[in-house]
Amino acid sequence: MRIPILRLGDILLTSIQVDLIDEDILQFQHDVLTMIKNRDAQGVVIDITSMEVVDSFMARVINDTANMARLLGAEVVVCGIQPSVALTLVEMGRGLIGVTSTFNLEQGLREIERRLAARLLRPVTDGDSNAT
Amino acid sequence: MNDEAPCLLDAVHIPIQDYADVAEAGRNALLFAEACGFSKVLAYYIATAVIELGNNIMAHADSDGSIVLTSQFEDTRIVIEIIAEDRGPGIFDVDLALTDGYTTNNGLGCGLPGVARLMDELHIETSDQGTRIRARKRR
Ligand SMILES: Nc1ncnc2c1ncn2[C@@H]1O[C@H](COP(=O)(O)OP(=O)(O)O)[C@@H](O)[C@H]1O
Ligand SMILES: [Mg+2]
Repeated sequence: MRIPILRLGDILLTSIQVDLIDEDILQFQHDVLTMIKNRDAQGVVIDITSMEVVDSFMARVINDTANMARLLGAEVVVCGIQPSVALTLVEMGRGLIGVTSTFNLEQGLREIERRLAARLLRPVTDGDSNAT
Repeated sequence: MNDEAPCLLDAVHIPIQDYADVAEAGRNALLFAEACGFSKVLAYYIATAVIELGNNIMAHADSDGSIVLTSQFEDTRIVIEIIAEDRGPGIFDVDLALTDGYTTNNGLGCGLPGVARLMDELHIETSDQGTRIRARKRR
């Protein structure tokens, strides 16, 4: 099952579900990175609301995707971590999710928008212009 | 299994043959723990431990396995016990396997140490005939 990626302006909105197989995940990472690289997106919100339980494997997928997206210059926020999931991840091992996270999608979008707006105020020092 | 003659309240048996079974085991564990009166957070601890153990059967055991959940009564407290069993090659070095970051196939290496932290007790029996992991959590 290919993970759907929605585009809202220059923000990608993705929702990770349970029961993914490795190929789905690789495809997902590829899709996200391609869209960032092609300058179709500058921000990514990864919504995990529909994941009941987040194990160390999924935590790694989320972190890897976020790190790769950041390397390509995009802002990344994970949203929808339920309180019980957050407590479990902390108990299981500190830093399992090393990405900024927000409780719900609305806060996630607002956080990304805030960061993208802050970027516009920063002088551009490299070739990474903020043209959309 | 009867070394302590536990007073068995209930049991669920889940064969583990693919990752869908692991996800199913996790969902079952969540329901089972909540039905046994565990708080939502403890139910998540138990379900996550079940998924880590199930993932390890799939990733490292190279054989079918099973996960059994039981609830027992122990000095007026309810205990949930997870038994994850497989006929795989066994864990090469248990102490290393319980070390954060140790993995033999490019995993994250925090599954087993994570289970140790999420649960109250963790007992590992392993040989080249297979692995049996017993993890317990008190309410
Ligand atoms: N059921 C098992 N059979 C054989 N080896 C196992 C089993 N479970 C765990 N191991 C070994 O213990 C190591 C650590 O497991 P874990 O902490 O879950 O990390 P990961 O699964 O990410 O490698 C594994 O890399 C593997 O070598
Ligand atoms: Mg593991």
